[in-house]
Amino acid sequence: MSELQSQDYIRRSASTLTPPSARRHEQEVAKLIDVSRCIGCKACQSACMEWNDLRGEVGHFEGSYDNPKDLDPNTWTLMRFTEWENDKGDLEWLIRKDGCMHCEDPGCLKACPAPGAIVQYANGIVDFNSDACIGCGYCVKGCPFDIPRVSPVDHKSYKCTLCSDRVSVGLEPACVKACPTGAIMFGSKSDMTAWAGERVAELKSRGFADAGLYDPAGVGGTHVMYVLHHADRPSIYAGLPDRPAISPFVGLWKGAVKPLAVAGIALAAIAGFFHSVVAGPNEVEPEDEANGRRLLDQQDDAR
Amino acid sequence: MSRSPENVVRYATVTRVNHWITAICFVLLTLSGLAMFHPIFFFLSALFGGGQWTRAVHPWIGIALVASYAGLVAQFWRENMWNQDDTAWVRKFDLILQNQEEGVPEVGQFNAGQKFVFWAMVLLIPALLFTGLVIWEVYFGGLTPLLAQRIAVLLHSFAAIAAIAVWITHVYAGIWVRGSLRAMTRGDVTPGWAWRHHRKWLRELARRKSSGPQPRAEGTP
Repeated sequence: MSELQSQDYIRRSASTLTPPSARRHEQEVAKLIDVSRCIGCKACQSACMEWNDLRGEVGHFEGSYDNPKDLDPNTWTLMRFTEWENDKGDLEWLIRKDGCMHCEDPGCLKACPAPGAIVQYANGIVDFNSDACIGCGYCVKGCPFDIPRVSPVDHKSYKCTLCSDRVSVGLEPACVKACPTGAIMFGSKSDMTAWAGERVAELKSRGFADAGLYDPAGVGGTHVMYVLHHADRPSIYAGLPDRPAISPFVGLWKGAVKPLAVAGIALAAIAGFFHSVVAGPNEVEPEDEANGRRLLDQQDDAR
Repeated sequence: MSRSPENVVRYATVTRVNHWITAICFVLLTLSGLAMFHPIFFFLSALFGGGQWTRAVHPWIGIALVASYAGLVAQFWRENMWNQDDTAWVRKFDLILQNQEEGVPEVGQFNAGQKFVFWAMVLLIPALLFTGLVIWEVYFGGLTPLLAQRIAVLLHSFAAIAAIAVWITHVYAGIWVRGSLRAMTRGDVTPGWAWRHHRKWLRELARRKSSGPQPRAEGTP
């Protein structure tokens, strides 16, 4: 979405200075997706398209309920359906609403080279400012959840905004409003964590011993959380990462390498300058010219 | 052509054009690459018409550089083969840094430092090409797994930093050793310069009564 005068940034991509952050006493928000209450109706997907005014190309049937097959620049949230056989040999139909997790430590923002193209507000929402986006795809490499998609049309990266425009005026995200079963809830992160606790207790009482909250610590926690009946193995839910974290390659690239590289390049230039100051130029002396000339002339004479 | 008839031809016209195309590409790649590497250099993207243009044009300049450098490799790989003189030259590097020519072995067409620059780029430029293709989002973004892209972008950064450091050395050497720049701008050097820095090469030229290297049109050595 476009940049608001929000003055409540806690992070801003490719910025070495503190972003405007005076107004940052709001509560952290979270969306809680209770997988156990989802019926797979895709109302959230439709609501997302409608509120954000997105219309993807009509695709093809890919042999599964997943439609479209994957996230794309026009699909910011996607129901992913998994037919999973549990330990007793029974079929469980696992349905997960995929989309940006709004990490507390966002890999996309860390990787982004364009100043201000990715920001994080004090409420935890990670937002793309498309005007500043240069279309490099570094956010795709930075994201531990494989969420952002770069449009081949306008070369801008897109993903769920957590309806930052709605949230900033006190509304819940569109997907939350549309959900008919209450599987998607929205509120302060503390409220959502408490509510998740009740849901997990209820699931455990129904025999889902491994039920739990997915709020992965590897990315500092997320502002989109899941209640999972099988929280011990998140990856059965269409590849939800078991232990997501920013890749160490991205960490190195955007961590130590950046300042060391700049220092190294500067040192090389400074070393050259001071060599020039200390040793001075290497100049051809008159006797060199005489010697060189004599060598050429000798050969001329020999002929 | 403002070549002095007294002078020795060092680089043919085709070589100099080839070199400067490579040089222009390298400078543009450094500016646009640094803009996308560290925020303190992002302002350089303005030189290319903004961030989107910088991102779009950088890989194409890279392709041009690869083609151009391939031309230099084709012309110079023979002269850059390492030999025992080079090892002896490197052993005297402390003298060389102090501008003391006495006791330094005579040098052929290229010294060990120039050969180092040549082979470093032979290594780094293909590394930059292949890692760069992996992270060329517009055309190849979806063709490789994310892990490969993450490793590629890191290696691309390493190789680029190394190439920039090598390039700084190359440029500084050209400024430090007075009279060298003329070889690449006008194509000739004074006999004294050749005597002082590439005496073996000058002896060879004198022996063959050659005014300097010619473009290798017929593949003659």
